[in-house]
Amino acid sequence: MTRALTLLRRRLVGSIFVLLIVIVGTFLLLEAAPGDAVDAYMVSTGGDAGMIELLRHRWGLDQSELTRLANYLWALLHLDLGQSVTFSRPIRDVILERLPTTLLLMVSATALSFGLGSALGVYAGARPGSFRDRLLSIGSLALYAVPGFWLGLVLIVVFAVDLRWLPIGGIETLASDKTGLDRAADIATHLILPVSALGFIYLALYLRMMRAGMAEVWRQDFVLAARAKGLSRRRIVLAHVARNALLPLVTMLGLQSAQMLGGSVVIESVFSVPGLGRLAQEAVAARDTPLLLGIILTSAVLVIVINLLVDIAYAFLDPRVGAGEAGT
Amino acid sequence: MSGFTISRRQMLASSAMLLASTAMPTFGWAQTPKKGGRLVLAADSEPRNLNPAIVASNGVFFISSKIVETLAEASFDGKDGLAPRLALSWEGAADGLSVTFKLRDGVKWHDGKPFTSADVAFSALQVWKPLQNLGRTVFKDLAAVDTPDDLTAVFKFAKPTPFQLIRNALPALSSVVPKHIYEVGKIEDNPANNAPIGTGPFKFGEYKAGQYYRLTKNTDYWGKDEPYLDEIIYQVLPDRTSAASALEAEEIQLAAFSAVPLADLDRISKVPGLKVISKGYEGLTYQLVVEINHRRKELADLKVRQAIAHAIDKDFVVKTVFLGYAATATGPVPKNDPQFYTADVPTYAFDVAKANALLDEAGYRRGADGNRFSLKLLPAPYFNETKQFGDYLRQALAAIGIDAQLVNNDSAAHIKAVYTDHAFDLAVGPPVFRGDPAISTTILVQSGIPDGVPFSNQGGYKNDALDALIAKASETLDTTARTDLYKEFQKQVAADLPLINVAEWSFISVARDTVGNIANNPRWAVSNWADTYLES
Repeated sequence: MTRALTLLRRRLVGSIFVLLIVIVGTFLLLEAAPGDAVDAYMVSTGGDAGMIELLRHRWGLDQSELTRLANYLWALLHLDLGQSVTFSRPIRDVILERLPTTLLLMVSATALSFGLGSALGVYAGARPGSFRDRLLSIGSLALYAVPGFWLGLVLIVVFAVDLRWLPIGGIETLASDKTGLDRAADIATHLILPVSALGFIYLALYLRMMRAGMAEVWRQDFVLAARAKGLSRRRIVLAHVARNALLPLVTMLGLQSAQMLGGSVVIESVFSVPGLGRLAQEAVAARDTPLLLGIILTSAVLVIVINLLVDIAYAFLDPRVGAGEAGT
Repeated sequence: MSGFTISRRQMLASSAMLLASTAMPTFGWAQTPKKGGRLVLAADSEPRNLNPAIVASNGVFFISSKIVETLAEASFDGKDGLAPRLALSWEGAADGLSVTFKLRDGVKWHDGKPFTSADVAFSALQVWKPLQNLGRTVFKDLAAVDTPDDLTAVFKFAKPTPFQLIRNALPALSSVVPKHIYEVGKIEDNPANNAPIGTGPFKFGEYKAGQYYRLTKNTDYWGKDEPYLDEIIYQVLPDRTSAASALEAEEIQLAAFSAVPLADLDRISKVPGLKVISKGYEGLTYQLVVEINHRRKELADLKVRQAIAHAIDKDFVVKTVFLGYAATATGPVPKNDPQFYTADVPTYAFDVAKANALLDEAGYRRGADGNRFSLKLLPAPYFNETKQFGDYLRQALAAIGIDAQLVNNDSAAHIKAVYTDHAFDLAVGPPVFRGDPAISTTILVQSGIPDGVPFSNQGGYKNDALDALIAKASETLDTTARTDLYKEFQKQVAADLPLINVAEWSFISVARDTVGNIANNPRWAVSNWADTYLES
């Protein structure tokens, strides 16, 4: 247990610096983008000079960049994410409203790509070079090469427009007043297409890693020993080879979480899913700096937490890693 | 669409349409509207402030016009192009110093309180004049609103204000909000801005960010038997392709404001059960305009501007960029405006040879590389069509030896670059014509506007004669004289080309056959939909 605690402590200290860099970097990037929230607002309304001045003042945009950054950091110290200019609501509420949807989408898609990817990887890696191995490799790489939005659109056309098996988008039936299990089933139905679009893209990654890992483990002495012992091929594959090949995949899972978040921006737009990714896109278009900072901060925390969990899991799965970390 | 050959079937169809459209208002259509049902439609953006009295924009009206009503609405056949809503009549004094509105009796706010002239006075003085994007201009001289009784509101102006302007402004600028809700606290921070309370046929139900807006029937509505629908749901569909798919999958019944891209219309019109409608937006005309930075020495030369005008093939633009869903423009007032438009203006036929000759004459000869000079071209990113026209314009300019470099920005960056930083030579913009040139059209060419005001003359253009004409028109009270001045305005703009008007377009609706009473007024998508119904 101390091993995990040391890891946790070291990570927390490091994370604070990471978050600070993320915040300041994002803030500066957004400031460098031409146009501010008032310019973005004017697109749909127009307005005279007096009104523009009024809005800049109301939204605090007449203050210098440094003052605004300092104010933001000061508020953040008090765990206050501030007020969104476009929503005129506390940013914390806006984000908390969207976070579960994105998490659900991410976790489901990760489960799909990790679960199916590693299973197929085992299936392919059990007989390297066989016909099924090649077929799976080519198939998964083709999926990997396809842009996410395109895959999403094709799924919509086939399954929602032509066959009408599944809803076209959204996270649940609009204004349906469903509750409990009905609602859960409804949400699950709506998730099938976006989760597939997001999950299938990353499937290839796990499949290839699993397969490559297995190929390497096959050559290890203990596999030879297991074969010499007369164990069945099935048992060797599952208990010895696949299990050892699984370890790098767990690391990948952590790294992949950041990419998943990025991918969800596109998928959320295509499927009209009201998640964090789409919110980020809207925040950029509206130049809603505090809102975007809030979203990036949330995402950064999310990625850090996931990687931490992965490392802790890893430390338990593979004692060699944890010992090395704790020793330094 | 193919030239002048009209098939017998088309002929029959169009005459039937004509018959129907003229017969409908007088005799009523044979179809009796059904009661009940839920209309689900696509919404491509989510306005945060839903108060149309503060934000007079189509995005807000699209949703709020069903909840909050105006004094009058645009109409195809009403007197002066108007139909009464909260006001039954409007009368302007001869001296231009007052306008008297007689209000509808027995109207109730959604919270049950009675609607009175005090609400109109409050909205005009506390909201439209100081806070509304358009009202700040039109109602700038409004000094007081007298309320001799509950059903009479008399607008008093400090300076003579043309009654024609006030009348034309009614459909877009006169949303009435309840005084008893807004008189407490700051108007901009009132929670009712996000959950409006009005007198309209529908009440605000709920808003789920990123998902939908729900409006529910107002059972206490003043219109007899109206509204027909039980509910209206605006489904938020941010992706450009999703509205078409959602219509085909029968998840939505209507997509307004060209939510279905023009390129998909041909295909979707062949889907059984769906209809494509280009009517119902006559009062919401957008103008495709080339904005010019006159600070650039070459562009300050009228000959160069004329050359650019001659280099643009407007018919090609209408056919290719707008796929026929637009009209060519002659000047700053669109052809479909019934009051002000005049065709009697200098025109610029598509003529590359003449354009080249004009540029030679101006002294800008082609260099060794065939170019005369180069400039920066910024197409506004708000519409597909403005971006596509940017690509076309680049090629059209290349043909006359002007090398245009395209600069593509997102909306906020474009607004800043053109209207604040003036970092453009040519820009493509889509200004809106709002029924009267004084609302948002003269500002496009008038001088003396502070930096940073969007959709205004930020090209450094200054023409004293034109400024004088605009000033005179703004204080001319007689409708005929005022109209004549704006005709003269169109002539002068077309002659001096402070900007180049290329085309005029509006939006397209796609709906299921079951949706009834679509497009029955010139601002249908932003009107109250009290008579919209669904056949079962």
